[in-house]
Amino acid sequence: MTPRLEAFGVTVVPDGARHPILSEASLQVFAGEVHALVGPNGAGKSTLFGVIAGDTAATAGEVRLDGRSLGGIRPLDLARERAVLLQQNAVSFPFTVSQIVEMGRTPWARTPQEDEDAEAVASAMAATDIQVLAARTIPSLSGGERARAALARVLAQRTDILLLDEPTAALDLRHQEDVLAIARRRAAEGAAVAIVLHDLNAALSSADRVTLLSGGRVVASGVPADVLTAAAIEEVYGQAVDVFPHPVTGVPLVVPRR
Amino acid sequence: MSEVVVPTPATGRTSRFVVLTIGLMLALIVTVVVSLGTGQYPLSPAEVVGVLLRAFGIDTGWAPDAATADGVVLGIRLPRIVLGLLVGAALAVSGVLMQAIFGNPLADAGVVGVSSGAALGAAASLTFGIAAFGMWTTPAWAFVGGLAAVMTVYLVSRSGGRTEVVTLLLTGIAVNAIAGAGLAFMTFLGTTSTREQIVFWQLGSLNGALWQNIVIVFPLVMVGTIIAFAVSRRLDLFALGERTARHLGVRVELLRVVVIITVALLVCAAVAFAGIIGFVGLVVPHLMRMAIGPAHLPLMVTSVLGGALLIAVADLVARTAVPMADLPIGMLTALVGGPFFLWLLVRTRRRSGGWG
Repeated sequence: MTPRLEAFGVTVVPDGARHPILSEASLQVFAGEVHALVGPNGAGKSTLFGVIAGDTAATAGEVRLDGRSLGGIRPLDLARERAVLLQQNAVSFPFTVSQIVEMGRTPWARTPQEDEDAEAVASAMAATDIQVLAARTIPSLSGGERARAALARVLAQRTDILLLDEPTAALDLRHQEDVLAIARRRAAEGAAVAIVLHDLNAALSSADRVTLLSGGRVVASGVPADVLTAAAIEEVYGQAVDVFPHPVTGVPLVVPRR
Repeated sequence: MSEVVVPTPATGRTSRFVVLTIGLMLALIVTVVVSLGTGQYPLSPAEVVGVLLRAFGIDTGWAPDAATADGVVLGIRLPRIVLGLLVGAALAVSGVLMQAIFGNPLADAGVVGVSSGAALGAAASLTFGIAAFGMWTTPAWAFVGGLAAVMTVYLVSRSGGRTEVVTLLLTGIAVNAIAGAGLAFMTFLGTTSTREQIVFWQLGSLNGALWQNIVIVFPLVMVGTIIAFAVSRRLDLFALGERTARHLGVRVELLRVVVIITVALLVCAAVAFAGIIGFVGLVVPHLMRMAIGPAHLPLMVTSVLGGALLIAVADLVARTAVPMADLPIGMLTALVGGPFFLWLLVRTRRRSGGWG
């Protein structure tokens, strides 16, 4: 199987800096899979995310989408292939929630898919539990509600590649689980999902594949239970942990040793 | 997804947009007719309409027989009012455009110094007696000055796709200061007649508008407004931040350049023959946004009408407030716009809990 989104030996050296903040990082995101990017603060997760989203130019290496170089794809064509959720989702003017979600349909304007607009918006709002907020303006919402509105916009874009940067960060427990369930469901429908996560237990329970970064390098990549071992986590995070199977599901659980 | 799909509820903003648009159009027509009939040679609204219709070859019998009426309405008052409508529309649209790319509702041609830059360009062409492009010389130089100013503000004040209020206003102060120094220097260098012209630019006035000016201003405003309408949906996406706009398919760098050039085009059209009329680009989009929300296409439509209406009313006041005198219209808009601006600043500060 060929990956939908693939990074080869990506190195990023910021302007004026001597040392790379990301070195020789490679990543393969396959259709039908949730791929989690994990690692401590400053490990290079956001940089790698920026590179595969097309925001950050790689100093060396390349990113390919379905085998085509990312830089050679028009922004509009790219927007019909992949949707991106960033951590920062500030909105400059008091648009309503439904207007924001409708913006996710913009790439499909004047295409046959335009007919799906209303249905895509409504189902995205239902999936993120924000229908009751439809007429509210963004500045009147809480942080978690704004994050869900932004996620709904990304879902309304209806692309089969989803890039989500810490989508659970601002959310309460139930909405965190909702977001992970949405990511799983989209993958089950055939989408390739790359998701930056801080919560290792979420990565273990929701991801098909995990890439662990540390100090700007990819430490390991593979099935979550193989990558996120007690020894690897301790090595990368500098924190002793116990990893043991959940008594019911058998999914490994990470608990810091206190 | 198996959820029952319910259509998103209509917010009532569409109907408010229709009502507002019709209301603004009616107010504009009434203001124009009243303004055409007001002055040292008064005419009733019916007589004004009669004169206008007769100019189009429709004889109604409402128009007075005196040829003076035609001369006053068509030769003096109409060009002045038409120039005012064009200038008002241009300034309001330039305000919407700047607020969109700066991601900041306080951006305005006057506040950030684009108008001063354009006035400096125009004054330079006059002082140095440059006439390279015939009657297009003054607007061309105003365009260069305005473009330089808006580029400067843009490059200096933005970071990460947004502009903080403080940075924007401080950059505006600096650009206004530089342009002001340039204008002072031009005043110093100039002859008595160019000095008068420069003072006129600084105050802003529609006095002495000619049909020849409108021949130049009209196409500039039309082109600028059409571009603004064409990019309005993309400007909505700009509100999400530049990265997200790009993820939704917007060619951000190209859009930015197009909008900056369009702003310079609209401001040069406004400033070239009417001088600096401040705060229109600030007040009008703001009021419209409060009424119908921030979506840019309806905002552009209502701002065109609102800007034209504001200048038409201000000009009527400028001509009639003091008998036998013609007040500078820029002074009037500043008189209304200044306090409005202060109120916006106070409100912004209260909302964000500081200068953000």
